[in-house]
This record gives sequence, C-alpha cells and structure tokens, in this order.
Amino acid sequence: MVLGAFAGCTSYFEIPIETPIPPKLDTSPFQRVLVAGFIAGGSQDVDSNLETVRLLRSQLRTKSKLRVIDADALPLVEVAEEQGIEMPSREAPPAPAEGAATATPEEELGPIRDEKDLEAFQGLFANVDYWKRIGEEYQQPLIVTGTVLFTPHQRSGFVQREQEVYDSFGRRRTVPVRTYQERKGYILRPTFIFIDGRTGETLHSETFREEVLYSINQSTPALSSYFELMDRLLPTFLNTLSAQKIRGTRVLLK
Amino acid sequence: MSARHFVAVSLLCVLATPAWADQRSDAKKQVEFGIQVAQRGLWREAIYRWERATQLDPTYAQAFNDLAIAYEHEGELDKARAAYEKALELEPDNLLIQQNYDLFKEINDRTVPKDGR
Repeated sequence: MVLGAFAGCTSYFEIPIETPIPPKLDTSPFQRVLVAGFIAGGSQDVDSNLETVRLLRSQLRTKSKLRVIDADALPLVEVAEEQGIEMPSREAPPAPAEGAATATPEEELGPIRDEKDLEAFQGLFANVDYWKRIGEEYQQPLIVTGTVLFTPHQRSGFVQREQEVYDSFGRRRTVPVRTYQERKGYILRPTFIFIDGRTGETLHSETFREEVLYSINQSTPALSSYFELMDRLLPTFLNTLSAQKIRGTRVLLK
Repeated sequence: MSARHFVAVSLLCVLATPAWADQRSDAKKQVEFGIQVAQRGLWREAIYRWERATQLDPTYAQAFNDLAIAYEHEGELDKARAAYEKALELEPDNLLIQQNYDLFKEINDRTVPKDGR
C-alpha cells in the first residue's frame, strides 16, 4: 500500500536482501555442544524436558557447526533435590467428583507451575562445580540447559474477525465484526542458559515468552501447541550459537 | 534589505544553484549505477557508488537509504542504522525509507539478548 502510494511520485526498486546476523556467543573455543536437560514445569501433557532436549539437538545437528553430544537428558529436578534445593510444595488439589470426565487445569499441572516455582532452581544453574564436573565428563563442551514452562492458558474478550456480507445487488464484501469469545491455548516460557563446560560458568542466558490461543471449540493437542510455539523462537535460539541469514525485501530509491 | 544586499544574495543564488544542481546530478548518476550493480548482486561496488553519492551530495536522502540497505546486506548493522537515521533526518516524511528502517530494526532487535544477562 505504501509502495502504491509512492509509485506515482518517486522511482523505487524492490530488491531482495539477505542480512547475515552474527552469533551472540563466541563458540570458537568449543567443538561440541551438550543439550543437558531442563527444569520443566506446567502442563503434564507434554514432557517439556525431553521434548526440548530432542528438538534443540535435532536443530543444532543441522544448523550449527558444533558436534551434538548424544546422551540421556539429565533429570535436573532430581539433581536439584540432591543438591538440597527444595521442590515447591503445594496442597494436593481436591479429589475429582465421581464421574467427572475432564481434568481441570489445576490437576493437569505438576509441582512446578509458574516462574516463582522456578526461582528455587537458580542455585542449580549457578553451581559452577556441578557444571564443571558435567563438562569434564563430556570433554568440556558448551552446555545448554535452563527452564521450560509450558502452561495452559484461557482468556476471554472481544475478538475482531472479518464477516462476509452481501448488499442488495448481491455484491460480496467483508466487514470487521467484534465478537466476545472464550479462547484457550498455551504459554511457553523457556529460559536457555549457556554454560562453559570448561569452567562451569554461565556465558549467556535468554528468556522467551510465546503464547497461542484457539477458539474454545477447537481441540488442539498440547504437543502440537508446544511445537508451534517453539518454532517461533528457534531462529533466535539458533542465532545465539551460529550465524543466520535473514531474507527480506527492501526498496532502493533514486 | 538594502539594494546592495539584495544584489549580493541574488548573485549568490544564481552562482550557487548550478553548483548544487551539478552535485545532485553527479550523485544521482552514482546512485543509478549503484542500483544497477546491486540488482546484479555486486553489493560491494554498490556501496562504493552510494558512499560516493553521499559524499557528493550529503543532503541526498535516497542515497543514504540505498547505502543503508547495502550495509544491511553486508551485515554491517551499525553502519546501516546510521545511514537509515541520516536518510530519515533528511526526509522524515519519506514512508519508503521509514518502512525500510522499520524492517531493519525488526532484524537488528534479534541480535540483542532479551534479558541482557
């Protein structure tokens, strides 16, 4: 539209460009990367620890120069408990009524439910000795770890959508209509922590927040939503470790 | 304004206008050539031409815009930002330059960590 408005009064040329984005981390001291595991919380329909480990490893295999170490994901919640970090405690939810078919969101969640619960685990990521030991075990790789919170979410409010209408001559047009809708979906809040396997120290950490909402009538599996949300933030995650090229179009002017 | 002043100012305008027009005309030739080579993928040559254009005529917003795009393509993001900002300073109402700059900022933001740790 902007281009159209200007077409009459200026000479312009659309041109495709590829912008190289340098990696945020200098990975030159490392030849290998260990996606160690994550403290996962939220929905129990998805094993966010295992799924995140699997997804990041497969992405790094094809889109990074680092060799990806195949190893079992670390059970970091258990490791934290061994280190004396207390799990967040909650009262057990009331037993479901007899014959109740669906679980309430309260029941679908594990012991780690929000960011406050995750705060307890910060000591684990700051435990230099522990990560140094893991680094020694795997020949001093770059270690990727962190937290993943994948929580169900419900929101109601006015939503604007286009509606088809026909005038008295039978001509079709669309008009914006605001309707009140209840929607449900998920919020994904991962924090990726990059640790130097030689020293056990944190090199970089980055937090994301992505959200998806569907109509209340739509049934979308939790795992599909998880991948949909991860897909949005993967380019930025990968750009931490390797250079990326972002394709776009710009307008050259005379 | 006295008659003497008026004559002096008029004379300056008459003498200065062709010089300015020549500079813009030379700069425009550089810009046009830069566009041709950029379209063939010769971005380093395009940068040379557009840098030359901005030296010839430092008020040529379009030349700064094109230069910014070339810097962006070469990954020189700091230089790209400076060139876009100069172009917008010269022509703040140019929507095409603004659109290019907005797209640039979207990409540039991805290079900055979100929580700064």
